[in-house]
This record gives sequence, C-alpha cells and structure tokens, in this order.
Amino acid sequence: MSEQQSSMPVSTRHAWRRLGRLVRPRLSTGNVLAALMTLAVGFALVTQVQAANDVALDELRETDLIALLDDVSERADTLEAEIRLLESDKRALEQGSGTEAAEAALTRLTSHQILAGTVPVEGPGVTMTVEAREGGFTPTMMIDLMQELRNAGAEAIQIGAVRVVATSWIGIEDGTLLVDGQRVEAPFRIVAIGDPHTLSGAMAIPGGFTDSVRGIGGNVQVVEGEQLVIDALHRVEEPQYARPVPSE
Amino acid sequence: MIPLIGLAAGIVIGLVLSPTVPLWLEPYLPIAVIAALDAVFGGIRAALEAAFNDKVFVVSVLSNVLVAALIVLLGNQLGVGAQLSTGVVVVLGLRIFSNVAAIRRHLMGA
Repeated sequence: MSEQQSSMPVSTRHAWRRLGRLVRPRLSTGNVLAALMTLAVGFALVTQVQAANDVALDELRETDLIALLDDVSERADTLEAEIRLLESDKRALEQGSGTEAAEAALTRLTSHQILAGTVPVEGPGVTMTVEAREGGFTPTMMIDLMQELRNAGAEAIQIGAVRVVATSWIGIEDGTLLVDGQRVEAPFRIVAIGDPHTLSGAMAIPGGFTDSVRGIGGNVQVVEGEQLVIDALHRVEEPQYARPVPSE
Repeated sequence: MIPLIGLAAGIVIGLVLSPTVPLWLEPYLPIAVIAALDAVFGGIRAALEAAFNDKVFVVSVLSNVLVAALIVLLGNQLGVGAQLSTGVVVVLGLRIFSNVAAIRRHLMGA
C-alpha cells in the first residue's frame, strides 16, 4: 500500500487520506443527519427494488397498463388468426381435399379394374352372334374384330365366355377358335360395351369384319342393347419380370 | 463512516421489513431513489475533494428528492409523466456517472 501510494500523484494520496478520515467515526450533528439521510436512501432503495421486482397489476401506471393491454390484445389477435388458419386447414382436410383425393383414387381404381377385366360390367353396347363355317375362320379376322370394336370405343369385350383384356391372345386349334387358351365354339357370342350406334356402325363398315365373315360363307348378327352385362372375369397374374419405375 | 453505516443499516432494515410501497408514493419513489443516489455520490465526491459539508449533503439529498418528486408530479399532471420520468432518470444517471468518474479519478488518478 505504501509503495503504491508513493508512486501515486499527490492529489490521489490526498484523496486516499481523506477517505481514511471519512472512515473514522466522527460524532457530530451533521454527520448524524447525513447518516439519517443515507439510512433513508438505503431503505428507499431496497424498498423500491423489492417493489419493482413484484409489480402487481393494480400498482402499475395507466400508460404501462395500456401498453400491457395492447400487448395482450395483439397477442390474442395473433393467436386468434392462427386458430382460424388451423381450423380452416382442418376443415379442408376433413371435407375437401381428403375426400376428393379418396374419390379420385376410387374412380381410378374402378377404371383400372374395368380395363383389367377383374370386375363384371354392365351398360349399353352390342351383342353379336357370329356363325361361321368350320375351318374358314382365321385368328386374323378375330383380331380385326377386336381392333374394330376398340376403334369404335368399346370399353369392355367378351368373346364367348372369355373376357378380352390387354393380354388376350387369339389362336386356332383343330379349327376351333382359342381366346386366351380357352376354346370358343361357333356360333360365337360377342358382347361389347360402348356406344351402341358407333359399335354397330363400325361393324357395318364395308370390307370390315362382317364382310370378311360373309366372304367365308358365315353370318354376323349385330343387336344393339341398352343394358348388357359382361360377367366373364380375367384372372390377373402377378407380373414376373416387369417392375414399375420408381417415381421421382 | 457513520453515513456509510446508515446506508448499510437502511438497506438491512428495508430487507428485513420489506415494506409495501403506498400507492400514492408509487410513481415518486423510483425517481426519488435515483435522485438521492445522485446526492450520495456527489457527497462522496465532495468528501474526496475535502469539500464535504454535512449541511450541504442533507440539503442536497432532500432537495434532490423533492425536485424529483415535483417533476414527476408535474409530468403526471401534464400527461407526460412517463417521458419526463425518463428524462429525469437520464439526467440523474449522467450526473451519477460523472460523479463516479470524478471519484475514480481521485482514488486511482486515472
């Protein structure tokens, strides 16, 4: 301390000496008064600190209360807006897009089932009865028929008791028609569901299937119907090699 | 020394009693405390400059507190209580800073 003091400027030494004198108790009226003052200051300081630490609402000033109220109502507004947003989201999920997506999926499933021939179908279309002489009939004529029917918009075709699907094939064995490996005896009964007028019109085109059958001495009878049923089903087999490309 | 003991005693008494501030005193107490602190630091500075006078100290504390309370009262009456309180706090804070800086210069020489 003494070394430090010797290195200090004179005024600093004086200041420390005065501080030392201040620390010595001196009883005088003025000093006691000052002590009373500092006592009051210390008391008020602590009181205020404690009061500021736990401010009750009823002790706040009007402006502070207004600011608090503003803050609270702003937060309430924000939360209300969030509630509205979330509730509209909830509604949209419950009634809107959710069921729409389900309906779309159901529609897609139905059309895929009809295309795959796994469900019986009914609707307007044509029924054809084909009589042909044994031996004169060729698979090409049958394929021509399927092409013509599909061209005319046939959505489901049944030949004999066989549902015609994308994988169906036509063959001839011992003069008997084979569809998907099943024998179909003449006279064939062919049912196609689609627009009846278009289908019957397609069958009447010169040089088409009807003409070819007549060319071999057979006969084709086309009857339009409003409520035809295709009940032959195709058994879908699990693809052995083909795999869907994973979608991105 | 006795004023320092008084300060410590006041703090202890406040902690022990932990009184509730009366409602009418609520707006004035914080400003009054800061004004009194300003006077206390001014007193310490005066003591270090060998210019400390008990009477001056007592009068300065009392007048600081009174003027602060008056300013707050006036501000509340005029409807600018919050702004005026902020102004008083800023001014007193500046004075406290300058007093503390003077004390530091006296004791540390820097």
